[in-house]
Amino acid sequence: MEAEERRARHGRLKVFLGYSSGVGKSYRMLDEARRRRERGQDVVVAAIQPQRPPEVEALLNGLEVIPPILIDNVAVIDVARVLERRPEAVVIDGLAYDNPPGCKNRWRWRDVQDILHAGISVIGSVNLQFIDELREQVEAITGKHITQTIPRRFLNTADEIVVVDAPPDLPQLQEPGTPGAAPGMNSQQRLSALRELALVVAADVVDQQLEYYLESHGIENLWGTQERILVCITPRANAAAMIASGRRNADRFHGELSVCYVEQGELSNDDRAAVEASLAAAREARAQVVLLHGEDPIAAIMAYARERGVTQIFLGHSFRQSWWDRIFGGPVDRFIRAAEGIDVRVFPH
Amino acid sequence: MADLPKRGALKVFLGYAAGSGKTYQMLEEGQELRRRGVDVVIGYFEPHGRRDTIARTEGLEMIPRRKLAYRGAVFEEMDTPAIVRRVPGVCLVDEFAHTNVPGSEHGKRWQDVESLLEAGIDVHTTMNVQHLESLNDQVWQITGIRVRETIPDWVLAQATDVVMVDVTPRALLNRLERGVVYPPDKARKALENFFQESHLVALRELALRQAAHEVDTRQAQPEEPGEQPEGPHERILIHITAEPSSAELIRRGKRVADHLHAACFAVTVCPPAGLDQLSTPHREAIERHLNFARNLHVETRVLTGEDTALALVEFARLHQVTQIFVARPKYGGFNRLLGRNLVHRVVRLARQMQVTIVAERHRPGS
Repeated sequence: MEAEERRARHGRLKVFLGYSSGVGKSYRMLDEARRRRERGQDVVVAAIQPQRPPEVEALLNGLEVIPPILIDNVAVIDVARVLERRPEAVVIDGLAYDNPPGCKNRWRWRDVQDILHAGISVIGSVNLQFIDELREQVEAITGKHITQTIPRRFLNTADEIVVVDAPPDLPQLQEPGTPGAAPGMNSQQRLSALRELALVVAADVVDQQLEYYLESHGIENLWGTQERILVCITPRANAAAMIASGRRNADRFHGELSVCYVEQGELSNDDRAAVEASLAAAREARAQVVLLHGEDPIAAIMAYARERGVTQIFLGHSFRQSWWDRIFGGPVDRFIRAAEGIDVRVFPH
Repeated sequence: MADLPKRGALKVFLGYAAGSGKTYQMLEEGQELRRRGVDVVIGYFEPHGRRDTIARTEGLEMIPRRKLAYRGAVFEEMDTPAIVRRVPGVCLVDEFAHTNVPGSEHGKRWQDVESLLEAGIDVHTTMNVQHLESLNDQVWQITGIRVRETIPDWVLAQATDVVMVDVTPRALLNRLERGVVYPPDKARKALENFFQESHLVALRELALRQAAHEVDTRQAQPEEPGEQPEGPHERILIHITAEPSSAELIRRGKRVADHLHAACFAVTVCPPAGLDQLSTPHREAIERHLNFARNLHVETRVLTGEDTALALVEFARLHQVTQIFVARPKYGGFNRLLGRNLVHRVVRLARQMQVTIVAERHRPGS
């Protein structure tokens, strides 16, 4: 869907993402505008933050500005003038503003879409704290309630996204929290938490871009850019321990967690209840839950693991073994044999 | 007796390819520090003929490089002793992963940087994510290139801060095509190999996740030393053999240990008569792997016993290990039964422990 949106418009969207105000988004954006101008691109500025450090001011001086219009004391991009002027690219700082009532669009990011559809490229910036889907996570860190946001899907339509990273001890960074928010965290820790979140959000956007790129170029899957953990549940497995460990590992690696169960015919009521409870625990742990089918459970799991690019499979192991297992190898042996290129972690029951 | 100088702070500018702007950003920050009155010098700078970057060195004192002759050619390296004598506040050092020419006192530039830090000098440096030791196999899987100049993870872990220098692959490719990064010949080769767009996108993702991990570990520093912030205390044991797969196993085990904040050991089990009983190539391979583990700051032991699985699991139990790492047996190979039996028995014996069977990575289509 996001790829379709990208194709439908003609301008390219490039977004600079920062984790706090003061990390240098405006500077990076205007520096890019300067370099593009030096290379002969027609770039103008349509919105810039009102508080500007001297080095940003200096960059701005060399650029043409289409000033925003003030409606009810709110700066609104002069879309009509931008379209009339028709530059190749336009700089729009602060993508997450609401327009006042009476404007054509309720949100600034809609104005940006109109500009992109008209064939003009946009260089924009946004603070991580203003992404709608991250509101809860950000609020838990900062204690601040955010009202003006952009949706994540708009960010996903960007052709390019760049992280503006900086250590959290920069003097110009704004204190991100309200007193009493996130007890036990000081200002530096809050900034660090936001910084980590920004890097992970960017990595996820890049991951989507990678998948799209490989797909559209017919390139075979390229794995290993992130850890993907798949926990296999059986009625008798110690699912709680495996899911908890899977969650912790996925978090530590900033990776992905899935939990799968291969549907098998007749289950006793107890076994059925155990599976249901495990899958509920998996959802609780924010895992992606997958139900697989197939005569051969190992083949079904491996097929899914390969398709998804899984790097680690978590498996339960029981010590009760039949004579058949001892001679021909039990499921764990068969599993390890099938798991070419994938790590298998065996958990005791 | 004079006090030892306080160890300098290390700041690393992390990128994922040449031309991503790491040096540029390092120099720009160096200029900013100088304006604020900090005594900044350039210890090593690789101009690569990039005009925009060279302009950023203006006004910064450069410590002349040292010339070293090797096999009839003259090489230039960072003059570490001269910098130590000069005692600047901050020293800028390009290309952290560089290998010095033989005859230098250290094999690697990161070791030179260690000396600067020990002398109390703050160091700012640049590196690409593909030079991190624990990512070596993943980078190979992505690009098909075995990176030889690597930095052990603990060296990066010591940095006070790691800053991600981000750029989009498209911008990078534009720079390369405009000839900003390399001269035309080299640029063409780069575009055909390392600089394929899919490689760059994948490496960028690795770099972003690594940067997130670096932020994470720095903020997760427990208030009380030795206190575990969350989760059970994990201890990881890696089983080393003479097999070449041991190197990948060590990297993998150590990487998992680092991410879980777990203690990490590596052991090899040899016959009761000791390592000397083994054939020379066999013994040398094992010693090489033990040495590799030690270089990554993994504690190693040589155990003796007739029964490898039993010796391994007994050691693990004695040391409260929670997870044992073994290599996936090679199926269809000459000694397949041996390998399979080992894994099988370790799994069966290690009752309370988890066992991770690490598979060698393959490249799609290879």
